[in-house]
Amino acid sequence: MKSDSEKSLGPSYSPDLIPSPATAPDPSRSPSPAHVPSPGAFPAARRAAKLRRLLRRVRKAAPLTVLAAPGIVLIFVLNYLPMYGLILPFKNYKFNRGFWGSEWAGLSNFKFLFNGDILARILRNTIAYNLAFILVGTLASVAVALLLFELSRRATTAYQTALFIPYFVSWVVASYAVMAILDFERGSLNKFIELLGLKSVMWYNEANYWPAIILVVAVWKGLGYSSVIYYAALMGINSEFYEAATIDGAGRLQKAWHISVPSIKNIIVMIGIMNVGKIFYSDFGLFYNVPLNSPLLYRTTDVIDTFVYRSLTAMGDIGMASAAGFFQSFCGFMLVLATNAAVRKISEESSLF
Amino acid sequence: MLFKGGRNPGRTAGSHGFQRSQGFQAAVNLFMIALCCATLYPFAIVLGSSFQSPADIAKNGYSAIPRPVDLTAYRMVFANPRQLANSYWTTIYTTAITAAVGLWVTLSYAYVLSRKDYALRRALSFYVFFTMLFNGGLVPTYILFVNWLHVKNSPVALILPLLVNAWYILMMKGFLQEIPAALPESAKIDGAGEFRIFVQIVLPISKPALAVIGLFMMLGSWNDWYHTLLYIDVDRYMKLQYLLLRLVKNMEFLNSAEAVQYGVVKAGMAIPLESARMAMCVVAAGPMLLVFPFFQKYFVRGIAIGSVKG
Repeated sequence: MKSDSEKSLGPSYSPDLIPSPATAPDPSRSPSPAHVPSPGAFPAARRAAKLRRLLRRVRKAAPLTVLAAPGIVLIFVLNYLPMYGLILPFKNYKFNRGFWGSEWAGLSNFKFLFNGDILARILRNTIAYNLAFILVGTLASVAVALLLFELSRRATTAYQTALFIPYFVSWVVASYAVMAILDFERGSLNKFIELLGLKSVMWYNEANYWPAIILVVAVWKGLGYSSVIYYAALMGINSEFYEAATIDGAGRLQKAWHISVPSIKNIIVMIGIMNVGKIFYSDFGLFYNVPLNSPLLYRTTDVIDTFVYRSLTAMGDIGMASAAGFFQSFCGFMLVLATNAAVRKISEESSLF
Repeated sequence: MLFKGGRNPGRTAGSHGFQRSQGFQAAVNLFMIALCCATLYPFAIVLGSSFQSPADIAKNGYSAIPRPVDLTAYRMVFANPRQLANSYWTTIYTTAITAAVGLWVTLSYAYVLSRKDYALRRALSFYVFFTMLFNGGLVPTYILFVNWLHVKNSPVALILPLLVNAWYILMMKGFLQEIPAALPESAKIDGAGEFRIFVQIVLPISKPALAVIGLFMMLGSWNDWYHTLLYIDVDRYMKLQYLLLRLVKNMEFLNSAEAVQYGVVKAGMAIPLESARMAMCVVAAGPMLLVFPFFQKYFVRGIAIGSVKG
C-alpha cells in the first residue's frame, strides 16, 4: 500500500505542465527556446513558472524525504531537542516544576562554577589528557602501522587481531583488566615490585601516577583501531614509488621517511585537527571506570564529563552540571569553528563547512 | 641505517612489492609479538585469576596461571544465575532491536544522502554532520529522557539513544557511493517507486555494508553500560556490562545481603570474593570476545572506509 502511494509521487509521474523554462535543467525534455516567451516578458508567467518549478522539485524530493524520515525524526529528538538545554544553566531548574515552571536564575549558576577551583582542575585535566592522547596516540599508531606495513599480510592480520582485543571490550571490562594489574594487595604490578624488593604502591590512592596510567590505558585500548586507519592509508600508496626508490638505492628507513610518512601526512593532520576540535570532550567510560571513581584520584582524573555526571547524580546539582555542560558545548563549538578555519587553510575540500 | 641487511635484495613478501631482508623482518616480528603479548597480558590475568582459589590469590596475587585450577568462583556465579540470565536476555534483545532498527534508519538516511539528484541532499548532510560537532550535553538529554519521554526504567532507554549515530551514517554513505548510480535509475525507468527501489535493490546490494555497520552497532550496544547507569534502576533491565560495573563499584558487593537477594551468591556460602568477580567478568564478556574477532576483517573495512571517505 505504501509503495503504491510512493509510486504515484515517483519521478516517473510526469504532470502535464505547459513546457516552460522550469524544465530547462533537463535539456532532453525542454522544447526549443523559440516556443517559450522570454522569462522577463511577463512577470506573472515568470512567477507561475517559478512556482511550478518549486512544486516539481518538492514532488521529486518527497519520496526520498519520506524514506529518510525515521532518521530525520530520530536525529531531531536525540540530538537537536536537547539543545534547548543551553538555556538550562540560566534557570533554577526543579524536576517537579519542569523546564517552563522553573525560575530564571541569571548567571548565579556560572558564578558558582567560576568561583571554585574545580573549573580550573577539570579544564586542565581535560585539555592536557586530550593533547597527550593526540600526540602519543598518533605517534604510537603511526609507528605500529609503519611496522605492520613492512610485514606480510598474514602476519599483519594476526597482530591486528591481538591489538584489536582491547577495542572489543567495554570500559567496564577494561577496568577489571587494569585492576588485575594495579590492585594493591593482589595486583601483578605490586607483586613484581615486591619481587624487586621495593615497597608496593597503593595505585588507586596516589593521584600522581594517574596521568601516566590513563595515557597507557587509552593507547592500549585504541591502538588496534587507530593503527588500522593509518595502515589502510599506507596500503593505498602506489607501490611504484617504492620500486623506484629501491632502484635508486634507498634504504628501508629512507623509504619509510620519504615516501610512507609524507603520503599519509594529510590524513594524520586531518585526524589530529578533528581531535583538537573535540578537546573539551573526553571518553566518559575511561575516566569513570578505570580509576574506579576513586575520590582520592579526582585531582588528576576528573574531567568535565565526569564532573557533569557527578554533579547531576551524586550531588543533584543541576545548575552546576548544566553550567559546566554549557561551558563545554560553547568552548567546543568555538574550537570547531577555529579548527575548520585551520583545515580550510590546509585543504579547501576537506573543510567541513 | 639500523638494519643494514635492507640493502641486500632479500625475499619479497607481502603485497607491497618491495624487497626486504630476513633480519629486519625478524626484528619487527619480535617487536610486534612483544607488543601483542603486552596487550593481551591483562586479559590473561583476568581469565587466569577467575580459576584461582582464595588461598592462591592471597599467596600469589592475581595470576595468569592458577595453581591449582579451582572452579569455586564459577560454581558460585552459576549457583543462582537468575540475575545473570536476566542481564544476558536484556542485553541480547536490546542489542538485536538496536541493530535491526538502527540499520534501517542508517541505511535509508545514508541512501538518500548518496542520491546525487536529491534536492535536500546538502541540507540533510549538514543536519546529521552538525550533531558530531555540537550537542546539548548530558543534563538536558537526561531531562529529555526522564521527564519528557518518560522512559526511565524502560528498555526503550537502552535502545533509543543508540539508534542513530552520525559516524555510521557517514560510513554507510561512503559504502553506498560505490553503488553505480545506473542501478536505481534503471529501476526507475522500469517504473519502480523510490520505496520499492530501496527495498528491492538498495537493501540487497548493501548487504556487505550492513554487515559491517551492523557489527559496529551490535558491539556498541553489547558493551553499553552507560545508559543503564543513567536510566535503569530495576534489576530486570540491567545490561550485562552494568552488572559488572556494579560488582566492581561495591567492592564488598558479594558479601552483601544484596548479592544474596540478586542471586549472585547463596546465603551462608564461603565467598572467594576476588576470583568470583573475575569469573563474573569472564562469563559476561567472554562469549562475545570469542565472537567479535572472527569479524575483524569487517571492522577493519569499516574503519578504513569511514576514515577515508567520512
